[in-house]
Order: sequence, then structure tokens, then C-alpha cells
Amino acid sequence: MKISTILVLCFCFLAVGGCSARPSTNQIEVWHWMTDRQDALQALAQKYEQETGVKVKLELFAPSDAYTQKITAASQANVLPDIYGILDKKSILALFIKSGLVADLTEELEADHAAWESSLIPKAVDVNRFPVGNKDGVPPGIYGVPIDVTNIQMVYNNTLLKKAGLLKPPQTFGDFLTAVDALKRVGVSPFVTGFGEMWIIDCFASNYAFNMMGEDKVMATFRGEVKYTDPDWIKVFSVFQTLARKGAFIEGIVTKGNKYAEQDFALERAAFSFDGSWAVNIYRSMNPRLDYGISPLPAINPDRPMKVWGGAGSSFVVNAASPNRAKAVAFLKWLTAEEQQVFIAEKTNNLPANRAAMIATPKVLPDFSKAMDQTTHPSVWPVNEDALVTEAFDKGIQSIIIGEKTPEAVAGEVQKIKDREMKKKAEQ
Amino acid sequence: MLLNPDIRKDAFKNFLFVLPAFMIFTVFYILPFMNLIWISFHSWPGIGPMHFVGLRNFQELATDTIWWDSIWHAGYITLIALIFQNALAFSLALACDREIRMKRFYSVVFFIPPILSEVVVGILWNWILNAGVQNGQQVGLLNHFLAQIGFPNLIHSWLSDPKTALTCIAVVHSWKGFGWGFIILLAGLQTIDRQLYEAARVDGATSWRMFWNVTIPMMMPMIMVVVILTILGSMQVFVLIVSLVENGLAHHTDVPVTVILGSMHGSKQFGLACAQAVIFGTMLIAVSFALKKLSNRVKQV
Repeated sequence: MKISTILVLCFCFLAVGGCSARPSTNQIEVWHWMTDRQDALQALAQKYEQETGVKVKLELFAPSDAYTQKITAASQANVLPDIYGILDKKSILALFIKSGLVADLTEELEADHAAWESSLIPKAVDVNRFPVGNKDGVPPGIYGVPIDVTNIQMVYNNTLLKKAGLLKPPQTFGDFLTAVDALKRVGVSPFVTGFGEMWIIDCFASNYAFNMMGEDKVMATFRGEVKYTDPDWIKVFSVFQTLARKGAFIEGIVTKGNKYAEQDFALERAAFSFDGSWAVNIYRSMNPRLDYGISPLPAINPDRPMKVWGGAGSSFVVNAASPNRAKAVAFLKWLTAEEQQVFIAEKTNNLPANRAAMIATPKVLPDFSKAMDQTTHPSVWPVNEDALVTEAFDKGIQSIIIGEKTPEAVAGEVQKIKDREMKKKAEQ
Repeated sequence: MLLNPDIRKDAFKNFLFVLPAFMIFTVFYILPFMNLIWISFHSWPGIGPMHFVGLRNFQELATDTIWWDSIWHAGYITLIALIFQNALAFSLALACDREIRMKRFYSVVFFIPPILSEVVVGILWNWILNAGVQNGQQVGLLNHFLAQIGFPNLIHSWLSDPKTALTCIAVVHSWKGFGWGFIILLAGLQTIDRQLYEAARVDGATSWRMFWNVTIPMMMPMIMVVVILTILGSMQVFVLIVSLVENGLAHHTDVPVTVILGSMHGSKQFGLACAQAVIFGTMLIAVSFALKKLSNRVKQV
């Protein structure tokens, strides 16, 4: 009886025992989601320990959805590591900052005449920057460090284009439709991408929305000043209808995940794809002899530049409550220095965030890197669309592609949800 | 009334033994469920302060066609699983219960799909149901087979057509799940006393009469277990759908769990997601109780 009572009481104490504050240690803990970069990061962690004596413990949580859930749960339990990433909208990063879970790194980045900040690609830094008077009410500053950058463009298979008698990739939307016909004539599926994933639809549609009506009108729509039933938005929805009716899309595109789309393109099942710079590594591993090039999506309005979705690919933030804050910042500074960035780029074929390292990028990546100046991303927009409206927008486009709804019908449905969400916000 | 000190001591001792289980149940089941209900009355993006909104999340769900459609979709998958999966499981269990050659081998083969990960099953069936052409050849196994046997008109984009996508998911789910039913039903069949069949045969019963009057009544408790497991498992199907159709085909392949996850991690509406979870959880509990009652009644019969 005595032993069992003691055991029960021990269990009770253990069960109800609270967590004490972590003391400062000579080890920093990093949680990440990048399976393709795990080996390179592990090698760099070992190198860092040899150079400084500080141990870097890397914890990989994949896929990214599981990582996001892990971070959300850890933030609620207040057990976040020293360094982690927030794979979410900027408004969610803002919530983390306001909850005291993310450190302001402005001072460190701007020290020594902004030596660290200026070594990084500005567009990538901006993704983690909250300017004065930002809509999220966050104190102005830079709250994250990009470790690589990315952008999403059209990729084309040179071999399949030649088979269809096409000497260069299409420059205009009209050229693209002509290319679609030529490819179909020789039995090649023209276009593949992961339209089964909402973010790709959103990204593709946003590129055309920016090209057809300009950034100001898109932002005005997000603010509720322009309706989705506006003729310009109908034209954006109609791009998908036109491409679907023309037979441009590979069979089953609406339920295709991007990993399957990348496989299709790498195995030469389609001539064009819409994919990110990370795909260079995937194509190389699946088909090292794949002959392909990169260009922005063909523009519809020649008077406006075709924007490219991109910016910081992966960013790390430092836990504001970490007892190892200084060590964590020092590690990030080291990780984003030229030597380490070149190492990551060579090992993983990802675009480095360090400007000097960008020059040393392997084959094909420089073509992606050229477009970094044209990149845009919701994280740098002054206003973002409500998530439910975006979901209705993306699912509506799927309905257009499968021929179930017209652009006008989808525009009406999206606007209905926009009105409902705006009313809800006004009531709050 | 004062209890005897020995009885009090025993009661205390018993309580101490139950305490760990009670604490685990409270901490990991009751408290999270209470918290879930509490959050469902709030508007909350998952971090930061919560805003009390009363019953607004539930009111919103009452008129949300996407949510109710998702429940109908889960019901459709469950119906197909109940009929197709369990009929297949019972037929194969009956076959393996007889003295046939290599029945152990068949038992092992039939139990392979359930032990495969749903992600693996999704990848496998994506390859089978894939649509598209490369060098004039269908890349999907099913479409390739249809072309080879002379039915090119049946070639279809199986997972991207609203008319076939949900049925395909239900069939794949049934294929993955029938092995559980098979094992349970086979175990049940092997417990039936063979003398009952011999007695029935002596009385001149046909095979059909023996099946209907001996096998089915004796198997009823097992059938009820399989039915309950099928309903609860099918209503919560989720990973398979994601691995087959990613974020879904418009809203045609949404089921409650994908909608809840979408509310939680897609649009960051934890309050709404919790309200959806409360409604769905309550429905599953109600179904479980109803089936339990039915099961007890069947046992009495």
C-alpha cells in the first residue's frame, strides 16, 4: 500500500508539475520543415559547432502542414524553440509578434551601417518587415531573416516545343494559345501545374489580375472598394475558361498536387508548367537530362509588366522569450553569410538569400534569380484578402476549369462571400 | 452513516488505484473537449486573445451549404463502404472459412490493404486512376487497361470529374478497409459450432437456408461490430482524400474533417472549426449510441 501510494502521488506531482523557464545553454534549438535542406543544414550545424562551440540542434517536422500545426500548438503551450519559422500569412506573423513570441531583429540587422541587412536580397527582407503604420498594428521593424528566396514562373520543355515546331517560348497570351494548338497537334499535353493546391491557383490568378488591372485595383478589391463582379475580374476568371476550353490543361489538373505536376513535367508529359525555383532540384533528381527554360507567364496586357510571385522562400524568426537569443541571432547571421549560402545553393539548388552568393548559383537558377526584381507577394502587399474569400475564389476557379460554372457565376459567388465577411468584420 | 474504518481504508485504496486513469481521462479527454466547446463560442485565429461571439459560429453553420454537403459526402462514402466493403469482406470471409487450398495465403493477402498507410494507398490509386496521355499511351493504369481491352470510350478523368470523384474515393476507401471486416467476420465464422450445420443438413436444409438461418443469426454480433467500425471509420475518412485529390475538387470531395481542417489551418477560424467539431462529434456520438442500442436489441433477438 505504501509503495503504491507513493507511486500514485509521484505520478500526480509529475502530471500537474508546471514547466519552469529554460536556462541559457550552449545549445540552440531550431525547428524547421525543409526536408530537402535537412542534410545541408545538418552539415552547417556541425561546422558551426566546430567553429564556435555552440551546438545547433535541428528538429525537422514535415510536411509543412504538420510543421504549422506543431508551431501553433507550441505557441499555445509556450514551448517554442530558439529559432523557428512561421509558414503563414503576414497577419499570423503579426499575431506571433504581438504575443511576444518573435524578437525584433532590426537592431542587429541594421548594426554597422546595416551590413547584415544590405547583404540580403531586399525583397526577401521586406517579407519580414513591418513598416511604420502597418495595418497589423505591429511596432515597425524587421522580425525575420530569409535563408533563401524563391519565385514562381512558367517553365517550358525545349524538346517538346521543338517537336511542335516552336522555336521560342510564347511572349504573349495569344502566342501561348497558338502554342497550345501546335502542341496538341503533335499529341503533347500543353500545360501542367498543381491546381489541386489552392495557393497555386491563387498565385496564377493574381499574376494575371496584376497584369490586367494593375496592383491598385487589386488592392482596392481587397479593401472592398471594387467588386469581384467588375469586368476586369470577370476577364481574370475567363483566362481559366479560355485555357480549359482550348484544352491547354493536362487531364485531371484540378486535383493534381504540385508534386505530381512536377513529376509530369520532369517526365516530359507536358510542355509547360507553372512552378517555383525549388523545382530545379526536383527536376534534376527525376530527369537529369531534362532540357528546359524559364520565363514569366505570357502577358495579356502588354502595357503592364507581368509580376512574378515570390520573395523570401524560407525565413527564420527568433523566439523573443529565448534565453539564447544572442546565440540564435549570431547563428542566423552566420547562416546567411556568403560562404554558407553558396553551400546551401550548391547542395540544394535553392536560390540563396545572400546577394553575393546569388552570383555563384548553379545552372538554370540564374534565370529564376533574374526575376527577383519583379517579384511580389501577399506579405509585402498593403492589404490582404480575407481567407474565406480567397478559398471561394480558388474553388470557384476549379469549377470554371471543370466547366461546371461560368466566370460570371463564380464572380457573383465570391462577391457574396466578400460582402458577408465585410459585414461580419464591421459588426465586430 | 459512518463507515467502518476498514471499508473507508479500502475505498481510499481503491480510489488511489483509479486516480491515475481518472486523471489521464480528465486531462486528455474531458478537459480538451470542454475547451473545444468553450472555443466554439469564440472568434479566434489560433493565437492571441479570443472574442466571445456566443452562438454565432453555430448559426453560421446552420446555413452553410458547404458544411452540410460535406456531411452528405461522408454519408455517401459510408453508405458505399457499408454495402460494398462489408459485402466483399463477408463474401471473402465465407470463402476462406471453407476448406479451400491456400486459405491462409488469401487471408494474409486480404489483410495487406488495411495495414498500408493511407498516403501509400493514395499514391497507389493515383497511379491507377491517373488521367493523361504520353506518347499516345494512357499514363493511368485503369485508363490504359480500358484502352487495351477495346473500351476507349470509357477512358475518363476519374478523380477530376464531380460525377465520379466521390465514388472513386469511396471505392478506394472500401478497398483499403475491407480487410478489417474480413478478419473480424472470419474469426466470427470460425466460432460457429459445426454441429449446427450438420444438424441443419440432417434436417434437409439447403445451403441457402443454412446461411440464412444459422450463419446470419450466429454472426449478428460480429456484423454489428463491423457495421459500427465501418460507419465511424468512414465518416472520419480524411488522409485518403487529401492524398487522392489534394485540397479537393471544388467542394465536391469535401468531408467534415477536411472542412474542419480548412477552417482551422486554411482560414484560421479556430472558433468556427471547434463549432464544426462539436456538431460533428455530437453526431458521431449519437450514431454510436443508436448503433449500440440496435446492437443490444439484435443480440437479444
